[in-house]
Amino acid sequence: MSDAVPKHIRTPLARVRGHGAARSGTKDFWVQRLTAVANIPLIIAGVVIIIMLLGRNQAYVAQVLGLPLVGIIMLLFVVSITVHMRIGMQVVIEDYVHDELVKLVMIMANTFFCVAVAMASIYGLLKLSFGL
Amino acid sequence: MAETKAPAARPLSPHLQIYKPMLTMMMSIVHRITGVALYFGTIIVAWWLLAAASGVNGYGRFEWFSGSIIGRLILFGYTWALIHHALGGIRHLIWDTGRGLGPNEREWLAAANLIGSIAITVVLWIIGLLALGSSR
Repeated sequence: MSDAVPKHIRTPLARVRGHGAARSGTKDFWVQRLTAVANIPLIIAGVVIIIMLLGRNQAYVAQVLGLPLVGIIMLLFVVSITVHMRIGMQVVIEDYVHDELVKLVMIMANTFFCVAVAMASIYGLLKLSFGL
Repeated sequence: MAETKAPAARPLSPHLQIYKPMLTMMMSIVHRITGVALYFGTIIVAWWLLAAASGVNGYGRFEWFSGSIIGRLILFGYTWALIHHALGGIRHLIWDTGRGLGPNEREWLAAANLIGSIAITVVLWIIGLLALGSSR
């Protein structure tokens, strides 16, 4: 945005003044806390489900994960943690990567990764619930 | 996206290297590291779900991994990271209400976070190994 020779003499503040706040500045902050709170009961439920399934054969595991209550809890778990981890990793990237282009590419890759993990997990869970 | 270039290379403010390590500071760093570890660990969760959905052979490959020494070590580390990050998250939620920020409280919370995460992880693994033994 800022070249060595400015194209105009208006200050950055003057250029944005009057446009109003975007009012979305705290969205990530809020969603990070929202998903953090959601993650607490979901992790407890997830740990109970995993302990119930330890050492069981595939048929039993698939049957339990296909139960409506278990499937819905696991879907909520996957969505909440992938949203939470996307924001968390973006903060880490913004803290340590200072090259603008590399930073943008990494923030994009972060979203791609989180969406891919979420969709792969959701695909597995839906297949377990609806059977194929 | 305002990118301002410094006109000259000025000295930067001192970073971690000049501070004496403190428990609260180490817990802050560990919270971030466990978060990053859990981020990549979700691949294992996705693999588990896809393996269960794929059938006997696919699930067998996952069980081969989860039953191996390396797999067990990774899953033990993942359990601890999950519990530690969860307790650390609760600590942050307490701080968000403005409580627990006093000198004694924050030390106590940091210690409770560490001790709690280790204790809960060990208890979960004992329960898990007992469940594994009884299901065979």
